[in-house]
Amino acid sequence: MHQRTDDGSAEFAPPQGVYVDDAPSEPSSITSDVPARRTFIAQTVAGGLGLLALELLPSSVALAQPSAPVDALRASMPVITEYHAGVTFTVNGATRTLDVDTRVTLLDALREQLKLTGTKKGCDHGQCGACTVLVNGTRINSCLTLAVMHEGDAITTIEGLGTPEKLHPMQEAFVKHDGYQCGYCTPGQVCSAVAVLDEIRAGIPSHVTTDLMSRPQLTTIEMRERMSGNICRCGAYSNIADAMAEVAGVRA
Amino acid sequence: MKPFTYERAKSATDAAAAVARTPGARFIAGGTNLLDLMKLQIETPTHLVDVQDLGLDRIEPIDGGSGGLRIGAFVSNTTLAADERIRRDYGVLARALLAGASGQLRNKATTAGNLLQRTRCPYFYDTNQPCNKRAPGTGCSALTGYSRQLAVIGSSAACIATHPGDMAVAMRVLDATVETVKADGATRAVPIADFHRLPGTTPHVDTTLQAGELITAVTLPKPLGGTHIYHKVRDRASYAFALVSVAAVVQRDGSGRVAIGGIAHKPWRVEAAEQLLPRGAKAVARRLLAGAKPTRDNAFKVPLVERTLASVMADARGDA
Repeated sequence: MHQRTDDGSAEFAPPQGVYVDDAPSEPSSITSDVPARRTFIAQTVAGGLGLLALELLPSSVALAQPSAPVDALRASMPVITEYHAGVTFTVNGATRTLDVDTRVTLLDALREQLKLTGTKKGCDHGQCGACTVLVNGTRINSCLTLAVMHEGDAITTIEGLGTPEKLHPMQEAFVKHDGYQCGYCTPGQVCSAVAVLDEIRAGIPSHVTTDLMSRPQLTTIEMRERMSGNICRCGAYSNIADAMAEVAGVRA
Repeated sequence: MKPFTYERAKSATDAAAAVARTPGARFIAGGTNLLDLMKLQIETPTHLVDVQDLGLDRIEPIDGGSGGLRIGAFVSNTTLAADERIRRDYGVLARALLAGASGQLRNKATTAGNLLQRTRCPYFYDTNQPCNKRAPGTGCSALTGYSRQLAVIGSSAACIATHPGDMAVAMRVLDATVETVKADGATRAVPIADFHRLPGTTPHVDTTLQAGELITAVTLPKPLGGTHIYHKVRDRASYAFALVSVAAVVQRDGSGRVAIGGIAHKPWRVEAAEQLLPRGAKAVARRLLAGAKPTRDNAFKVPLVERTLASVMADARGDA
């Protein structure tokens, strides 16, 4: 896990459009005192590629050494205002106001502008579930919704469910039951798992619910069906099911 | 994505007017299909009109005590499937909804958006390939290509795409009606049977909606009673499109209605075939699929329809 600031956001962030630290095949650093790869890579990119790199860097990127030329270059770039919009929503309880290109998905707003890189971009087409977040308590694919469509919404990401110091019970259960291997799908799996238990408790039926008129039960077959929108390429499914069963208080 | 401007409409008529007056404009509701297609530049709207503030998110009894329900266009698939009235009186619809997509997508996908979802034909999705539905006049790659998922009936020399959804198949068996409004405030009610089109020579036109016409609701007639079944056959147990699906409402005397998904450009229902239900699945399937033109890849769907129908009819009789 990365070092985190008090508000739970990642302390170090890559330049916009560069997903160096989150490749599925490269698990990120697991201890907080490992040298910050994000900073190293950001500085390498900025130093090594000169002007080209500057174009990649929005002024809001929190580099270790703020760069005046970057800000100046950014300020000189024209912004076509009709393709931009302001939006205000809460993320993990904090009110955030953003100026976004209308094309920016909720996923990219969270990752690239708010530096909440816990939410992952997998397929970017709603097929894998890595980008799952909770909006007004409901799980959705953050890659298939525009940031500008979320005025006034309350968004919860993995950073808002728990912290390394105080894990959410579902996170704790994933750790205990080894519910991951590379970890890339895990934030989406955890957000989805939390919402699945809420959906069953709220009486929302599923494809495997036998009787539509009785309350769905907290069974493994129900949980597995409801988790089908979260793909795990490492195949940690049975351990994820065990973790969910433990949190649900049932036998897997 | 190509750049676009964005607005949130305040009323259904305003939304219709905004789309009608702006070239390249589209409505956006849940966005789960449109944004996917925009990322691939299969859809390239220049303006989006967001319909989330129009108050189209309620499920209400139809005025006049007819016993039916009016489902707001913006009602999510999850909300609709979980509604007690739908679960009790329109079980085939709840079952169809729950057989579709994933939990995350059902939470966002809307009733109207589900009806309007585009085909998942692989050539429609591949912008490097000819496709009459995506780029009219370029040809159909699927005719001589990979067509396992595609249509076996009602197709044309221009297109063998399928309507990919589950919900519409149940809506068809229930004889739902699609309510719309246009920019001038004029409303109309389109029977679901007339809503989706066959491809013919204009496969780029999926439905009979007119430009700028907004779906405001889908209404269901009074409950049919009977046993409601939705049986979806697919390549994996969850989160996959149908190869074949059967929506059925079967009465105690063996009469009933069936509509088939996954085999045509629209939910496939032949009322004359339903008369043959007491004679068994073979007779029904033969009539339903009269004139079918499967490809080598999807010829398996013809016997699969009959077998899925037989399974559904056994379930309806209560056979183990």
